[in-house]
Amino acid sequence: MIEVKDIYKTFGENEVLKGITATFKPGLNNLIIGTSGSGKTTLLKCIVGLHEPTSGDVFYDSQNFTDMHFRARVPIRKQIGMLFQNSALFDSMTVEENIIFPLNLFTDQPRSEKLDRANFCLKRVNLEGKNKLYPSELSGGMKKRVGIARAISMQPNYLFVDEPNSGLDPLTAILIDNLINEITEEFNTTTVIVTHDMNSVMGIGDHVLFLNNGEKWWEGSKDQIAHTDNKELNEFVFASKFMRAARAKL
Amino acid sequence: MREMVSQGIGSLGIICIISVFIGAVATIQVAFQLNSPLVPQSIAGSISRDSTILEFSPTISALVLAGRIGSSIASQIGTMRVTEQIDALEIMGVNAPGYLISPKIVSGLSMIPFLTIISVLLGLGGGYMACLVTGEISPTDYVSGLRDGFNPIIVTVCAVKSISFGFIITSVCAYFGFYTSGGALEVGQSATKGVVYSCIWILFADLMISSVLL
Repeated sequence: MIEVKDIYKTFGENEVLKGITATFKPGLNNLIIGTSGSGKTTLLKCIVGLHEPTSGDVFYDSQNFTDMHFRARVPIRKQIGMLFQNSALFDSMTVEENIIFPLNLFTDQPRSEKLDRANFCLKRVNLEGKNKLYPSELSGGMKKRVGIARAISMQPNYLFVDEPNSGLDPLTAILIDNLINEITEEFNTTTVIVTHDMNSVMGIGDHVLFLNNGEKWWEGSKDQIAHTDNKELNEFVFASKFMRAARAKL
Repeated sequence: MREMVSQGIGSLGIICIISVFIGAVATIQVAFQLNSPLVPQSIAGSISRDSTILEFSPTISALVLAGRIGSSIASQIGTMRVTEQIDALEIMGVNAPGYLISPKIVSGLSMIPFLTIISVLLGLGGGYMACLVTGEISPTDYVSGLRDGFNPIIVTVCAVKSISFGFIITSVCAYFGFYTSGGALEVGQSATKGVVYSCIWILFADLMISSVLL
């Protein structure tokens, strides 16, 4: 379980996060949604330690991550997998080397075991046999899947996903969403997903956190979204005619 | 090792070409300026040797390598920054500066002196070829000049310069690459800044080393 308590983050004069408090439970897809510039990615980066919060704390299973120095964070980092918006695969490495990279860092396994694990992860994301390809040879959807394979190579307890569907066609986006959902259920990971894709929200949003101007504006599940009277959330979720029509049928 | 191949072998061609030409041109110009019956022709060889070892090979090579290697380092690391590859390393608990920059600095410290040695040899060879081709001075006088009055301190100065320049090129460009923010445009700007600042630091270090050691 991940808890964030009263997180503030300021860049110069610009206060991006204003006292966010939330709990992300294991085995659930926890979605952070909001308009562009609402602080979603900044909150995610504060949680994983890429940004240090100006004030407030982040707890991983009751361990205060914010107070830890770089080396003390390593045991928690071993349990973190992250899929970045642009996949962030290492260009100079093959698919296989990308997946093995965390294993080389954190384990003493023989190479054959690491290769077995890489093959398992690739099979899990339906990319068997793509071991020797370089990221430049992959499509956007394949890069995302390799990113997921790398993220799960260490069997993480915490999975973070930043904009999983950006730049993908609807079919591939659904495929990625389903994959993340399956991994969350299969490994009981605490999954935190930043998105503004309403298909993802309505598809896999077990727990949804809506940010508006750096503040937590609404919290609930995908089932509650359709019935909320929160004005800003309604404007965001039902911005399109299609979504409004879909809501009317509910 | 990969960095060494990239920096060393990858830059060998350009270093060979400029060294031969600089050595040849330096010899011709020195011979032209000392064209007097009162000055022995071998002096041109000595001056050409000293200027090649002390200045042309380490400094001109470093300025060229700042463009060749420095821009590559800055743009490579800058691209990793803007495509979140460095974030991915940090998420995994990797000390990203140590992991990405240290090998490049170590490679620069070893390969730039190596390239400078090659440059010195080819520069002196270029001077010899200029003697053969132009006939400004005889090759025998040139070789005699190379041997006359050799002071080993110039080799020490050349070594200190090349090691210092190797550090400057790799560390300055890596710094600008690492702190890139934005997108493709900013990566290009970081590479440009890295090269410009490297060149300025190289010239400043050149002055300091020359004034302290000579």
